[in-house]
Amino acid sequence: MSAPAAAARVRSSYRAALREALRDALQRDPRVFLMGEDVGRYGGCFAVSKGLLEEFGPERVRDTPLSEVAFVGAGIGAALGGMRPIVEIMTVNFSLLALDQVLNTAAALCHMSGGQFSVPLVIRMTTGAGRQLAAQHSHSLEGWYAHIPGIKVLAPATLEDARGMLWTALEDPNPVLLFEHGALYPVEGELAADAGPVEINRAALRRRGRDVTLIAYGGTLAKALTAADVLATSGVEAEVVDLRTLRPLDSETVLESVVRTHRAVIVDEGWRSGGLSAEISARIVEGAFYELDAPVARVCSAEVPMPYAKHLEDAALPRVETIVAEALRLVGAGRA
Amino acid sequence: MPSLGADMESGTLLEWHVKPGDVVHRGDIVARVDTEKAEIEVEIFHDGVVEELLVTPGTKVPVGTPLARLRAAEGAVVAPAARPEAPAPPPRAVTAPPPAPPPPAAAAAPLALRRLRVSPVARRIAEERGIDLAGITGTGPDGAITRADVERAAAAPVTAAAPAAPAALVASVTAPAAPAPPAPTLAPAAARAAERARAMRRTIGAAMARSKREIPHYYLSMRLDLSHALRWLEAENARRPAPQRILPAALLLRATALALREVPELNGFFRDDAFQPSEAVHLGVAVALRPAGLVAPALHDADRLSLDALMAALRDLVQRARSGVLRSSELGEATITVTSLGDTGADLVYGVIHPPQVAMVGFGRVHEEPWAENGGVGARPVVTASLAADHRASDGHRGGLFLAALARLLLHPEAL
Repeated sequence: MSAPAAAARVRSSYRAALREALRDALQRDPRVFLMGEDVGRYGGCFAVSKGLLEEFGPERVRDTPLSEVAFVGAGIGAALGGMRPIVEIMTVNFSLLALDQVLNTAAALCHMSGGQFSVPLVIRMTTGAGRQLAAQHSHSLEGWYAHIPGIKVLAPATLEDARGMLWTALEDPNPVLLFEHGALYPVEGELAADAGPVEINRAALRRRGRDVTLIAYGGTLAKALTAADVLATSGVEAEVVDLRTLRPLDSETVLESVVRTHRAVIVDEGWRSGGLSAEISARIVEGAFYELDAPVARVCSAEVPMPYAKHLEDAALPRVETIVAEALRLVGAGRA
Repeated sequence: MPSLGADMESGTLLEWHVKPGDVVHRGDIVARVDTEKAEIEVEIFHDGVVEELLVTPGTKVPVGTPLARLRAAEGAVVAPAARPEAPAPPPRAVTAPPPAPPPPAAAAAPLALRRLRVSPVARRIAEERGIDLAGITGTGPDGAITRADVERAAAAPVTAAAPAAPAALVASVTAPAAPAPPAPTLAPAAARAAERARAMRRTIGAAMARSKREIPHYYLSMRLDLSHALRWLEAENARRPAPQRILPAALLLRATALALREVPELNGFFRDDAFQPSEAVHLGVAVALRPAGLVAPALHDADRLSLDALMAALRDLVQRARSGVLRSSELGEATITVTSLGDTGADLVYGVIHPPQVAMVGFGRVHEEPWAENGGVGARPVVTASLAADHRASDGHRGGLFLAALARLLLHPEAL
């Protein structure tokens, strides 16, 4: 804390932190290269890779045809061949075209080859809504990927994680998927000047509190933190857990928190039915049933294809007011 | 622990009337139990020999907990020796030994067993510290009892935590065997009475709220001419020594029981989404308690008792209800309830059906009214009989026929 070097902080943004992570990886390891739709000359659909083509050249920053199945497959091949590819898919909705490559090849090869082949591939993609991009660009399907054994699923929610998760993911011998929430790209904040790789095995406690645990990740973390601020004004101290890694889930951190607060609200931009929130809820009930002082609550997206109209999209997404209301309901009239 | 009322969740064993080795017969009173409503004498439903008493007096146990082990007369063990290892046995354990209320559909399923809403952590803490959850008001979601509620109750002085045991008993009761509530210094009698009164109000409230929530009531009433009945009764009583005189109430109950045979849709239980008529007519007789409260113990087989037998049974039942000692079979078995509020001066009763029953019959005060008949008007003793019935089990037409039967039967009291 007191080391003067660590204290130096700079203004940055989620987008800039991701770009810095890419630049860092490209500099560190000559086996690393980036490919995807419009990542080169256009600078990336969300401008994450802007300037990297100029800096690293077309060999290492490669524009691909519009065929997710082809370029994810090519990424798997390159990884098998000894490279450390970073594949960018524009949005999670489009990644479904490459689901076969991810599930049947990348995630399975190590197991099917008895450990002879591993696939050190990183796939980045945008997830989430909030930008009026409608039902084909806005869904939160990371929970589907978190269902698949053989891969890791990361969801950076902070500038530190946007900056630090990529390199750790590249060091993993198996496929890692990184979900960047689209609404976070422009978010600005401070970042340590020497920010670097972070560990990706643990969830993080973003706020301490004793009355209720709000469990969030990616795009919902900021909402949970705002809800905690609001709750504090009515005397309810919420603890906020940022899952960070959706597969494997760090149940331990979640359970430790619930054991302290005895109540949990899960905030997930995915759909409720059969989703990640259901999995987390089940783990809480499995692991901390006798510590629960109220039923587990969930705040998820409405079960509709994401609407285009602004007011409908807002209404379909988890909202701060809903999180606050659910937390207050669980805490009840006679809070402790 | 038998279910001595649809809303009973647990009971405190007060006293054993038997000991190991005693031979018992079906119907013998083997123990006394305190529910939230009253002290009840528990009857046994099997013949046999008491092998082992499993619960010590003073212990509060959930409904369904085996109280004792009984060996059948021939030598076979009737009740499984298995004492439930978990503290909370399934509430409807029908296999439970002696006093498991067996007979027909009637008593087997204590269906109003609405499980107390308690959060898992609150339940665990209460168990660890021996805190009685029944007296705690929940402040959590949907009124659930939370950790904070239990901790508040634990911190509060005895009143909340001490089991509600009547004063007379505490002295003779051995200390609870379980991890034991922190040896409660005895609350003053007044506090205990207040606690019991609160518990009773809660119990009545829960049953009536459920009734109003779930039962689509319909109401009918009819003025009944009692001149024949009362004239006959007066003559009859004039011939009898005082202790054997018959009260008008007995006549009304007898007529009600017989009328129910004609309209069986009013007699029985609504359970599992279906009406289950009862062969037997067990009239629940609503008895007001002093200073407040209400019980409705069953007058068994009222349709098969002679008027004299019914009167004797009624006298005994009311007396015991008021002194607080009822029998297990008298609670929870009534197939319909009859209430009479005439002594308050009320004319008409709009009954609230006691679930799972499907009807309540009410009688107002008997008084003289102008009565027109055959073109003339005269003063006659009249009572207004009312019927509140469950529309899921019967319709107004059948209800009307019941009241008509009642009127007809009371015109011929000598046949009752």
